[in-house]
Amino acid sequence: MQLQFIKKNYYGDIPEEKAGSGGLSNSQTPLSGGEVAWPLWEVFIRSKQGLDHKHAGSLHATDAKMAMENARDVYTRRQEGISIWVVESKYIHASNPDDAEIFYEPAEDKVYRHPTFYDLPDEVKHM
Amino acid sequence: MNSPITNKATDQLINQSTDQLINFLLSLADSNLILAQRNGEWCGHGPVLEQDIAITNITLDILGQGRNFYQYAAELISQSSGEPATEDSLAYFRTEREFKNLLLCELPKGDWAQSVLRQFFYSIYTKGLYTQLLNSKDDRIAAIAEKSLKEVNYHVRWSSEWIIRMGDGTEESNQRLKNALKYLWPFTGEMFIPADFEKDNGVDLSLVKNEWQKNVQNVFEEATIATPDINMVMQSGGKQGIHTEYMGFILAEMQYLQRTYPNAEW
Repeated sequence: MQLQFIKKNYYGDIPEEKAGSGGLSNSQTPLSGGEVAWPLWEVFIRSKQGLDHKHAGSLHATDAKMAMENARDVYTRRQEGISIWVVESKYIHASNPDDAEIFYEPAEDKVYRHPTFYDLPDEVKHM
Repeated sequence: MNSPITNKATDQLINQSTDQLINFLLSLADSNLILAQRNGEWCGHGPVLEQDIAITNITLDILGQGRNFYQYAAELISQSSGEPATEDSLAYFRTEREFKNLLLCELPKGDWAQSVLRQFFYSIYTKGLYTQLLNSKDDRIAAIAEKSLKEVNYHVRWSSEWIIRMGDGTEESNQRLKNALKYLWPFTGEMFIPADFEKDNGVDLSLVKNEWQKNVQNVFEEATIATPDINMVMQSGGKQGIHTEYMGFILAEMQYLQRTYPNAEW
């Protein structure tokens, strides 16, 4: 058997077993050489002007405290934000691209779901 | 009108106090610069990407603090001696005996435990020192201290959590932290041995020491690490320009370019 000394990490929309965290299902994944990969975390940052937290990226950390500080060090160095959320990636459930047909396409021909068919009384000013 | 003799005596007194102020500023600047140079060795070599960025962020913070002190010192030197000095000339063209940094700052970076423990000791020290400098009668020093404290408070938090994580972590991390402690502890006492330039500038290091001891002990307790005796025989000399064998190598590396190509710019 050939030993694998180098583990290549991929990022982005790639199969789970090749993901940077070594798979999201298990937060303590053994790497080659007996080391253990730190869990992956998703980082959300709220900017000074923004009202919502936006996804900024991901990082590795052993616990929430470290994830928070890593997020501060990695994603707010250039005054990007004034509030941080972190969540362990394994707790995020993503929709499956294969479901696009049944999830999103049925909404395409239902324009009546947009509230554009109402006559507003003149008294209503701020709509 | 004052007699010429009194004038001369006053001048001398002012010169002396300016000299001591310059020495004090240089000691603060040198410790920050040399520690930044040491920590900088982690750049690109951190245990993980996120911590690589974390320690280099901290390094840039303390380099910035060093620059503020150098700039002030350079102005005073230029005014009082008439010889132009800049932050760069102070960093790159002084010799080993002229550097007044703590010995703690020049020691090798060692493993992660050693670097983080050193940062922990130093950050808690500067936190106490800068807090005292907030009340300095020198407005410029008080302003630099105020700006630096925000950064230092984060450094204390970051390094404290690492100490707890390693001390109360695995058998290996605990052992590495203990090894680092054994190596670094004898270099901590120097922080609290006052030099003349510290006394003359109204710094009371005994207060800083009490606060430091308390803070270190609190974190060590949580990290399940025994605090060694703070009153044991300690290494010293850095503030007087007497350094360890490591200092020459740092300066050689740091100053090489400017000494080989004076005034070279980016």
